[in-house]
Amino acid sequence: MDTALALHRFHFAFTVMFHYLFVQLTLGLGFLIFVLKTLALVKRDEHYNDCARFWARIFAVNFALGVVTGIPMEFQFGTNWSRFSRDAGGVIGQTLGMEGLYTFFLESAFLGFLLYGEKMLGRIGHWGSAVAVWIGSWLSAYLIVATDAWMQHPTGYRIAADGQILLTSWWSLIFNEWAAWQFVHTILGGVVTGSFAMAGIGAFYIFLKKSEASARVFLRVGVITGLIAAILVAFPTGDHQGKLVARYQGVTLAAMEGHFVTQPASPLAIIGQPDVNKGRLDNPATVPGALSFMIYGNWTKEVRGLGDFPRDTWPDNIPLLYYAFHIMVGLGTLFILLMGLSAIQLWRGKLAQTKILLWALVLFMPLPYIANTAGWMTAEMGRQPWIIFGLMRTAAGASPHVSSGNALFTLLGFMGLYTLLFLLGLFLIWRILGEGPERHAEAAA
Amino acid sequence: MLPVIWFCIVAVMVAIYVVLDGFDLGAGIVHLCVARDAAERRLVLKSIGPVWDGNEVWLLAGGGALYFAFPPLYASSFSGFYLPLMMVLWLLVLRGIAIEFRNQIDNAVWTPFWDVVFMLASCLLAIFLGAALGNVVRGVPLDANHEFFLPLWTNFLPGKDAGILDWYTVLVGLFSFFTLAMHGALWVTFKTEAALQQRARRVARAAWAGVALFTVIVTLVSFSIQPKLGASFAAMPAGYVFPALALAGLAGSIVFMSREKDGAAFLASCLYIVGMLTSVVFGVFPDVLPANSDPNLSLTITNASASEYGLSVGLAWFIPGILLVIGYFTFVYRKFSGKVTADGGGH
Repeated sequence: MDTALALHRFHFAFTVMFHYLFVQLTLGLGFLIFVLKTLALVKRDEHYNDCARFWARIFAVNFALGVVTGIPMEFQFGTNWSRFSRDAGGVIGQTLGMEGLYTFFLESAFLGFLLYGEKMLGRIGHWGSAVAVWIGSWLSAYLIVATDAWMQHPTGYRIAADGQILLTSWWSLIFNEWAAWQFVHTILGGVVTGSFAMAGIGAFYIFLKKSEASARVFLRVGVITGLIAAILVAFPTGDHQGKLVARYQGVTLAAMEGHFVTQPASPLAIIGQPDVNKGRLDNPATVPGALSFMIYGNWTKEVRGLGDFPRDTWPDNIPLLYYAFHIMVGLGTLFILLMGLSAIQLWRGKLAQTKILLWALVLFMPLPYIANTAGWMTAEMGRQPWIIFGLMRTAAGASPHVSSGNALFTLLGFMGLYTLLFLLGLFLIWRILGEGPERHAEAAA
Repeated sequence: MLPVIWFCIVAVMVAIYVVLDGFDLGAGIVHLCVARDAAERRLVLKSIGPVWDGNEVWLLAGGGALYFAFPPLYASSFSGFYLPLMMVLWLLVLRGIAIEFRNQIDNAVWTPFWDVVFMLASCLLAIFLGAALGNVVRGVPLDANHEFFLPLWTNFLPGKDAGILDWYTVLVGLFSFFTLAMHGALWVTFKTEAALQQRARRVARAAWAGVALFTVIVTLVSFSIQPKLGASFAAMPAGYVFPALALAGLAGSIVFMSREKDGAAFLASCLYIVGMLTSVVFGVFPDVLPANSDPNLSLTITNASASEYGLSVGLAWFIPGILLVIGYFTFVYRKFSGKVTADGGGH
């Protein structure tokens, strides 16, 4: 692969993956803060408001980092992917344009009220700000996902004589079947991140014997939403995503499952290392027929292997795609297990005494970040070698006049700046955790 | 017709961005000279705290509209201006983080550090944004595919070999610096009281002198660098309404400043900015990005616009959306209206 193209790809991948670290927590925590504020209103219990206020402080730091790392993304379609933007901008510019108009204004207008307007707005008004910020972030996610979904599964378009891709149906773009399922799956991934953060911090405070009343609330809310989200993200949403990939991106399905040979009763590989040159998995542990069953509901129907597809349509890094997918699924399974066990103990009123689960909840906090990142890697690497599946190859989409020297310069710039931001974010959130919920028992002005 | 409508929409969105985030940037430029101590610096930050993020969103919303309405212009200009655009993004990141993180810790290292970052980022952003406008006026070497790439600088001459920074675009950058400094100082004057307000008003007045001087110089130079400007005004003298609005704004701002009518002075400054931007846009119309290689290769409203269907369906969602936005902004600005005080609500 030519160096400039590789750099443009890495440039976008690095900046968007970093941005998404903050986005996933916003998606989850925005919802959880709404849950806490609603509980406060409905149960008329001020303690839930104190909890919400504490998490809003963490949310503020995280959201600011999400905003500033998000701005480069909108511009990067133009800077590094100008040919793609020139040809497909008439389509995906619609969803991105809507995102700016409908969601960013909503979030930014009401975030200030959520953080600083509690006294100014009163109970219902402040609750309303929490709703606005939550809805704004989920709506933003929908429009970004719809953009990616169109790239994965283009609909509602035609090609003009000069090669431009013209939108013919706004409805097909917005209500793309792929988008609906990808959105719910993505959102639930974010809720998993938020739930594990909340439950993990609750467990942490139990160990520290600090703010124990709040810690129990964090455990309860975190574990219940965590269990529901962890199950739903796998089934039905993850399952349905897999079926969509099988139907419309057969080569991708084969690659991510390490499925080289078309065969009846296609086996599901639980583990194994793909050897692309030899066309097989080393050290496999497989379940015969399970891949056929997961995709078709039928243990014998054959699933097409990589060998059935032209080599130039194979994703260009099959091992990384395979590992990303398996890491996501493996972690997702562990999440269901941990939240399930925690929920059982919670129901028995014993979670706060079950040290081993509390330890697991603390240690698992970073894992949803890995799972979400791995999931996006699966989606984007799976789509290769296409930037628009079946329509435009990635190699054809990059900015032709931006040299590798320039791309490397800005990549290094972003890496340096983002390292600084990451350390700052960790530092500030650690301080807030150190202060604990009691510090925020009074409403900010 | 639709391309012209969308051209106006994008132009208005960009103008709103400059008027709104312009005062955030201006406040950043002046805050270390108008505020004498930590309490006053905090007040300056408070005056923009609840609104700066929403103001900045106009850049993204405008960029998004540009993307779907004029995809070749978006693609060509963003990749052609690659390096400075990336630097603008880094500066926006630093400016945003400086504002949001400044109050997280209260000590003698943290707060001044972020204040200086805020100031430097704001100054550089004002200059870069002005230089960008200068490039649009001077034109860029578009090829047969309507693409180009310019290095950050070459020999600083605005000829065929120009880089993004040449003496003309740097001049426009400095012009923008003074304009936004005045604009920000007027906002701070409007939102504060006592000694802080007096100092802000003095800085605004000093900046006004720079703005007036640059208005004359840059206008004259621009007409000679870009003959299209003169041709456009000659062909349609009704276009002189735009510079007339700018002059009214410029005059109004100094008059109201002297009478200490701060709200009116700020609004006059808004009028000045809008007048100047619309004058530029009128001057290059119907080009959206003039080519200084071969004029036939310029990107125009017609050759850069998306399909009829896309533009019309865009209007269908744009109109309700912009009405909602006007609602949010009215709500936010009203709730946070009045002078900022040390113990009042806000950042």
